[in-house]
Amino acid sequence: MMRAMLALEDGTVYEGDAFGAAGESWGEVVFNTGMTGYQEVLTDPSYCGQIVVMTYPLIGNYGINNEDSESRRAFVRGFVVRETCSTPSNWRSRCGLEAYLLQQGIIGLSGVDTRAVTKRLRECGTMRGVLSTVDLDPESLVAKAKNSPHLTGQALVEEVATREPFVVPGNGYRVVLFDFGTKNNIIRCLNRRGCEVIVVPPQTKPEEVFKYQPDGVVLSNGPGDPTDVSYAADAAREFMGRLPVFGICLGHQVLGLALGGRTYKLKFGHRGVNHPVKDMVTGRVYITSHNHGFAVDETSLPEEVFVSHINLNDNTVEGMRHRYLPVFSVQYHPEASPGTNDAEYLFDEFMAVMQHERR
Amino acid sequence: MPRRKDLRKVMVIGSGPIVIGQAAEFDYAGTQACRSLKEEGLEVVLVNSNPATIMTDMNMADRVYIEPLTPEFVAKVVRLERPDGLLPTLGGQVGLNLALELSEAGVLQEVGVELLGTPLSTIKRAEDRELFRSMLQGINEPVPQSAIVSAVDEAVKFAREIGFPVVVRPAYTLGGTGGGIAYGEPELVEITTRGLKHSIIRQVLVEQCVLGWKEIEYEVMRDAADNCITVCNMENLDPMGVHTGDSIVVAPSQTLSDKEYQLLRAASLKIIRALGVEGGCNIQFALDPQSFQYYVIEVNPRVSRSSALASKATGYPIAKVAAKIAVGLRLDEIKNAVTGKTYACFEPALDYVVVKFPRWPFDKFASADRALGTQMKSTGEVMAIGRTFEEALMKAVRSLEIRRYSLMLPETVKLSNEELEKRLSIPHDERLFYVAEALRRDFPVERVAQSSQIDTWFLQKIKNIVRHEQALSRQGRDGLSPKNLKAAKRLGLADRTIAQLTGFSEADIRNMREELGLVPVFKMVDTCAAEFEAETPYYYSSYEEEDEAPLEPGRRVVVLGSGPIRIGQGIEFDYCSVHCVWALRQEGVKAIIINNNPETVSTDFDTADRLYFEPLVPEDVINILKKERPDGVLVQFGGQTAINLAKPVADAGFKILGTSVEDTDVAEDREKFDALLERLKIPRPPGGAAFSINEAAAIARRVGFPVLVRPSYVLGGRAMEIVYNQDDLVEYMRSAVQVSPEHPVLVDKYILGKEVEVDAVSDGEDVVIPGIMEHVERAGVHSGDSIAVYPPQNLTPTITNKIVDYTIRLAKALRVKGLLNIQYVIGLNNEPYVLEVNPRASRTVPYLSKITGIPMITLATRAILGRKLAEMGYRGGLCREAPHVSVKVPVFSFAKLLDVDVSLGPEMKSTGEVMGVSGDFAAALYKGCIAAGYSFPKEGTVLVTVSDRDKQETLPIVRELADLGFKILATSGTAKALQAAGIPVEAVKKLYEGSPNIVDLLRAGKINLVLNTLTRGRMPEREGFRIRRTAVELGVPCITSLDTMRAVVSVLKARMQGDLVSVIPLQEYSLEEVAM
Ligand SMILES: Nc1ncnc2c1ncn2[C@@H]1O[C@H](COP(=O)(O)OP(=O)(O)O)[C@@H](O)[C@H]1O
Ligand SMILES: Nc1ncnc2c1ncn2[C@@H]1O[C@H](COP(=O)(O)OP(=O)(O)O)[C@@H](O)[C@H]1O
Ligand SMILES: [Mg+2]
Ligand SMILES: [Mg+2]
Repeated sequence: MMRAMLALEDGTVYEGDAFGAAGESWGEVVFNTGMTGYQEVLTDPSYCGQIVVMTYPLIGNYGINNEDSESRRAFVRGFVVRETCSTPSNWRSRCGLEAYLLQQGIIGLSGVDTRAVTKRLRECGTMRGVLSTVDLDPESLVAKAKNSPHLTGQALVEEVATREPFVVPGNGYRVVLFDFGTKNNIIRCLNRRGCEVIVVPPQTKPEEVFKYQPDGVVLSNGPGDPTDVSYAADAAREFMGRLPVFGICLGHQVLGLALGGRTYKLKFGHRGVNHPVKDMVTGRVYITSHNHGFAVDETSLPEEVFVSHINLNDNTVEGMRHRYLPVFSVQYHPEASPGTNDAEYLFDEFMAVMQHERR
Repeated sequence: MPRRKDLRKVMVIGSGPIVIGQAAEFDYAGTQACRSLKEEGLEVVLVNSNPATIMTDMNMADRVYIEPLTPEFVAKVVRLERPDGLLPTLGGQVGLNLALELSEAGVLQEVGVELLGTPLSTIKRAEDRELFRSMLQGINEPVPQSAIVSAVDEAVKFAREIGFPVVVRPAYTLGGTGGGIAYGEPELVEITTRGLKHSIIRQVLVEQCVLGWKEIEYEVMRDAADNCITVCNMENLDPMGVHTGDSIVVAPSQTLSDKEYQLLRAASLKIIRALGVEGGCNIQFALDPQSFQYYVIEVNPRVSRSSALASKATGYPIAKVAAKIAVGLRLDEIKNAVTGKTYACFEPALDYVVVKFPRWPFDKFASADRALGTQMKSTGEVMAIGRTFEEALMKAVRSLEIRRYSLMLPETVKLSNEELEKRLSIPHDERLFYVAEALRRDFPVERVAQSSQIDTWFLQKIKNIVRHEQALSRQGRDGLSPKNLKAAKRLGLADRTIAQLTGFSEADIRNMREELGLVPVFKMVDTCAAEFEAETPYYYSSYEEEDEAPLEPGRRVVVLGSGPIRIGQGIEFDYCSVHCVWALRQEGVKAIIINNNPETVSTDFDTADRLYFEPLVPEDVINILKKERPDGVLVQFGGQTAINLAKPVADAGFKILGTSVEDTDVAEDREKFDALLERLKIPRPPGGAAFSINEAAAIARRVGFPVLVRPSYVLGGRAMEIVYNQDDLVEYMRSAVQVSPEHPVLVDKYILGKEVEVDAVSDGEDVVIPGIMEHVERAGVHSGDSIAVYPPQNLTPTITNKIVDYTIRLAKALRVKGLLNIQYVIGLNNEPYVLEVNPRASRTVPYLSKITGIPMITLATRAILGRKLAEMGYRGGLCREAPHVSVKVPVFSFAKLLDVDVSLGPEMKSTGEVMGVSGDFAAALYKGCIAAGYSFPKEGTVLVTVSDRDKQETLPIVRELADLGFKILATSGTAKALQAAGIPVEAVKKLYEGSPNIVDLLRAGKINLVLNTLTRGRMPEREGFRIRRTAVELGVPCITSLDTMRAVVSVLKARMQGDLVSVIPLQEYSLEEVAM
C-alpha cells in the first residue's frame, strides 16, 4: 500500500496510507465537521486551494453518485480522512471514493488521527500544508509547506468560475448570477423558483449585466480571499439601488467590501453543517451550512447597513442588510448541499424583493 | 424569553418500576430534569413508585413521593401539593398516560395545574394512531397504509384487502406491547386480541408491513420560539420488523447520503412543528433502501430510551434541555454544558462511531422464544464508542457480559449451510454471530444481505473482522507481526480473542502490545468534533495516535459500574455506583467511573470527575487503570460485574479498596465459606457440592428431600430448583445442568421457613445494621422476587438478636470494609440459617437507605476511605426502627416474554420493584401491590388449583376469600379438599376434561383472580403452565405462592376497611439525621 504524508507549516507531519491520485500538492489545510456530504464538499469550488480534513472518521460509506456533485469537478487540493470505505453501500452509488479521487487527480490521505489534526488547526489556526505521496521526508515536506504560497493572492476565483456566460432557462424572473465558483444548488434553488438564471464570469462589467435587463443580481460563493476580487466589489457597487442584490458567502464578503466595509481572516473558519445562526430581525435560530475562512468586520460597516444574522458560536457576522436598498447577503449557504435546508427561505425573500422592485 | 416567572412549583412524574421497554433511561432523564429545574430556582415535586432510582432521592426534589403511579394516588399528590405546572414528558409512556388520565379526569383543571412542555392535544396527536395519521396526512408526510381497528374482524377485513404480512400496533403502549407481525389470519386474530387488551383505549393499528426497510430514528428538540434542532440520527442495523429497542443501533447513520439524511431531518422538523412539542421528541422512519421513499413510523413526544442513547452518544443532555424549554427558556439561552462555551442551539457533530447492543434475558429464560419482532424483549443495553465501526461493535459485544469476546459462537460451527441460512432470515438475539459464521464460510455478502436484510455496509465491516480473525489463526504464533496486532486492535479484537486465535495466552498478547507501545489512547466526547475546546471529562478508548485525557492531580479512585440492566442486576447497582461517586467527591477524592450502560445516571457526563465509557472486562478496565494509576479501585457497588473484576484488577497490581479479594472469595467459595461458618458456629443448610449424579443423590439422601440444587457460582439463581424426590433430582441433573469437575452442582437441604435479608455497613470495627427485611414469601422464592417488609412484622426478639449477632460476627470474620448483604432462612425450629453472604452492595440498599434515611453508600464509601462510623455518628448494631412500615414489591415483565413460566421459585424473574409506605403493614402492602400493577377485584370469582402438597395450607386462605364474598372455583382435587373443609366451591374442568374448562372461563372473563401452585416439573405443555400463561396474557392476576396469596387477602380485607390512600413524602419518612 502506497504511503502519503501531510506536512504543516508549523512543522507537524502526519503519515498514513495514500489513496486516490499520486503526486504532491500544497494548499491551505482546513477541517470540515460534516458527518455526511463529502461528495458535495469535494465538488464545492469554494474549497479550491485547500486541503480538506474530514473530522468524521468514516468517509466514503455511501460512495459517489451522479446527482450530488456541486460543480463540474472536484476542486479540493487534497483530502484527508481517518478511514475510507472500499465497499460503499447506497442505491445511488456509482463508484467508490478512492476511484473518484483517482479519476479527479486528487491525492487522498487516510489512516491518520484526523481529530489530532483538527485540534492542531483549532489551536494554531488554519495553516499551509503539503500533501505528498512522492516525498515522504518530513524536513523537506515541512520546508515546502513553509514556502508554499498563501491562500491570499492566488487567482482562485478565475480558476473555478465559468469563462463564458450561459443561461439556465426559466419563465419567471431573470437573475444574473455572478459566478465566483458557484455551487450548482444556488442555480437549482433559483431555477426551482422559476427564475431564468444567467450565469456570468466574475469579471463581467456592470453594463453587460444591465443589458440583460435582469430583475436581480446574485453574487455567488467562491474560493479564497475577497480582497483578491476587488473588481467584483466595484461591479457590485454599481447595482446597489438599481437592482435587488443577494450575496452568498464570498458574494457576501464582496458586498461587504462594496459597502465600504472590511473583511478579515478567521482563525480556523467555519466549515460544517451544524452552525447556529440567529436572524437578528426575527430572533429565530437556524442550523446552517458553512464554508468560509473570512468574515466581514461588523465595526467597518456604514450605518445604512445592519447586521441581520450572527453566528451563535462566535458571534461573527453571518448576514447583513441595507436599511434602505434591496441589498442583503449571508455568509453561509442557504442552498445547503451539503447541509440543512433551514435557510432556504432566503431565496423566497429574494424573490419577494424582486417582485416588490418590479412594481 | 427567560424562564417563566409565573411558575414556582413544578411536578415531575417518573416512570415507575423497571419493565421490559422502560428501563433506567427514565431515571437518567428524570434526574437530569429535576436538577435542571432546581437550577432554575423552581420548587420540584416528584412522584415515582420506584425506590431504586436516583431521582427518588431526598436531594433530587423538594418533595419526593414514592407512591403508586395511578390516577387516584397521583391526584392525591396533585391536590396536596398544588403545583403550578406538571412535566409529563420525562416519565416515559407511564408518565405520559398518567398526565393524560389526570387531565381527562379534570384533576389538573380543578387544581389549576398547567401541562408543561407538551400540551395534551400534542400527546393525543402523537399517541392516538388515528389522530397521528391524519395529522401527518395534513402535512403530507407519508405513512404506511393502515386501518385503525377496535375489533378483530375489522383487522381481518383490512388484512384481506392489502394482503399479508401486516403489522399490529396498539395505541398508547410501550416496547411494542401486544403488537406483532401477522403472516396469516390465525396469527392476526391472536395478536389483535392481545393488542386490544393492552391498549388503554382498546385501539390498534393494522398496518402495511415494510419489512426490511431501513429503520432510522431522529432525536429532535423544539422551543417555544419554534427553534428546532436534531440532536442526532441513528440507524438500526436490524431493519424494520425488529423493535428499535431490540435492534443493534449505530449513531450516526452510516449508509445515508447527505440528501437522505437531510430529507428525513427536514421531515422531522416539519413533524415536531406540526405537533407543537416544546422539548424533545423521537421520530422513527422507515426508509426504502432502493429509493427516496420513506414512511413515518411513529413519534414519541417525550424523552425515551432513544433520547437517552442519543444523549450519551453525542454528549447533548436532551432531558436537561427539554426541562428548561418546558419552563420557558429558548434553545439559544441554554448553555451547552459540555463545551461550556457554545449554546444548546446547535447540532452535535460526532467524530466517532457509536454502537448500541441490547441485552436479552434469555440466559435466564431457557424456554422463551428468542425470535425478535416488533415487541421488545431486551431488559437493557450497552453502548460502545470507537473510531471504527468494528471497534465499537466488538467493544459492545464484550460489554454485554454474555461471555462473548469475539463474533465466534461455538454452536454455529455445527450447523449445515442450510440451517445457517435459515437462522439468518429469522431475527433472534444471536443473529450477529450467525451472520459472522456465514461470512466465515464465504457466503457471498449479497446472499447474507438477501436473507438477513442487513445492509451490505454492515456486513462488509463484520466481514473485515471475520477475515482478520481467520488471518490470525492461519498465521498462528509465528505469524503474529506488530502490523497484524495493530490492525487487530483497530478492529476491536480483544487480547483474549487474539490469544485464542494465535495460541498465545492473553497475558502474552498484553505484554507484546505494551512492549510495542500498542496501547489505546483516550479521546473525548465533546459534541463538536474538536471544533471547540470542551470541558467535560467524558472519554472512550481507541487504538489511535493522540491521547486527550491528561492525568488529574490529587487522590483518584476508580468506581466500577454494573453494566447493562439484566434480571438479577438492575438499576439498584447504578444507584449504588452513583452514590459512591458522590460520596468520594464529598470526601475530596477524584471519582472516576467506568461503565457502559447508556441508560443510567452513572454515565451522565457530570456525575463523576471523569467518565470512561468502556466495556467492564479485565482488558479494557486494566487499560484505563494503567493510564489513570488510581489510588484504589472500588468493586463493591457495581454488583457481580464489578466483583468479578476484583481478582484480575488486583492481579494486575492495583489496589482494591474495602473488603479484600481474598475475603470476598471466602464468601463466594462454597468450601471456604462452609469452613468459616463451621468456625463461627453459625448454621447454614446442610448440603454439599456434587461432581456427579451419584454424588448429588448421596448428598440428598444424607440431608433428606426436598433439596435445592444449582450450578456453582451463579447470580440471580439461574438454573436453581427445589427438588422433592430422587427421580426429579436425576431428571434435573441430566437436563438442567452439565456437571463437571470444574462446575460442581450444589445440593442443599431445602429449609422451609421465613426468609429475611439484612444489609450492613462495616468500618472494620463497628458494624451498623440499618434494618432487617422480612420476606412475605417463604424461602424458595428468590429474595429478589419476594415482597420485602421493613420493619419485620413477625420476628421474635430472640431471632432478631441472633440475626444481628450472626451478621456482626460474619462481617468481622470476613473483615468487611464497606457493605455486606446476608440472606437468612428461619427454620420451623426458629433457628436462622445463613443462605448466602454478599460482601457488596445489594439490591435492597436503595430501598433500605430510603426508608431508614441512613445513607448506606455514603457511610460505606467513607468507611472504605478509612473514616470511622462512630465519628460519623453511628453506633454499631441494629439501628432504631423508622416510624413507617414499607414494603418492596417485585414487578415482572411476563406480558412481553411469552412462553415464560410466571410461577415463582429460586430463580429470579422480576425486572423491577416498587415500594409502598404507610403507617401500618396492610396499607403499605396495599399501596405496594397497587404500585406493582395488581388490579385486585373488589368482588368476583377466584380460581384455586394447588398441588397436593399445598392443599391443607390453602384451606384457611380460601375460607377467608369466601368470607369476603368471593365465589370460589377449583379443579377437582382442590375442590374436594375445600368441600371436605366445608368451603363453598364449584368444581371446574381441567384442560383435558373438555370444555368449558379453565382456559375457556378465563378467556370468557369469568375469572378475576387465580391461585395456582406448582406441581412437579416445568414442562411448558403442562396444565398449570397453560393456566398461568393464559391468565397473564389476559391480565388476570395470577398468584403462585400461598404466602403472596395470604398477603393479598389481608390487602383485600384492609381495603374493605375503607380509605387507605394517604400519601407521604420521603422527606417525612424518618427522624434519622441524614448524615450527608
Ligand atoms: N409498518 C411496519 N412495517 C414493518 N415493521 C414495523 C412497522 N411498524 C412498526 N414496525 C416495527 O415495529 C417496531 C415497534 O413499533 P413501534 O410503533 O415503534 O412500537 P413502540 O411504540 O413500542 O416503539 C418498530 O421499531 C419497527 O421495527
Ligand atoms: N437451602 C435453602 N433453603 C430454602 N431456600 C433456599 C435455600 N437456598 C436458597 N434458597 C432460596 O433461593 C433463593 C436464591 O438463593 P441465593 O443463594 O440467594 O442465590 P442468589 O445468589 O441468586 O441470590 C434465596 O433467596 C432463597 O429464597
Ligand atoms: Mg418505537
Ligand atoms: Mg440471594
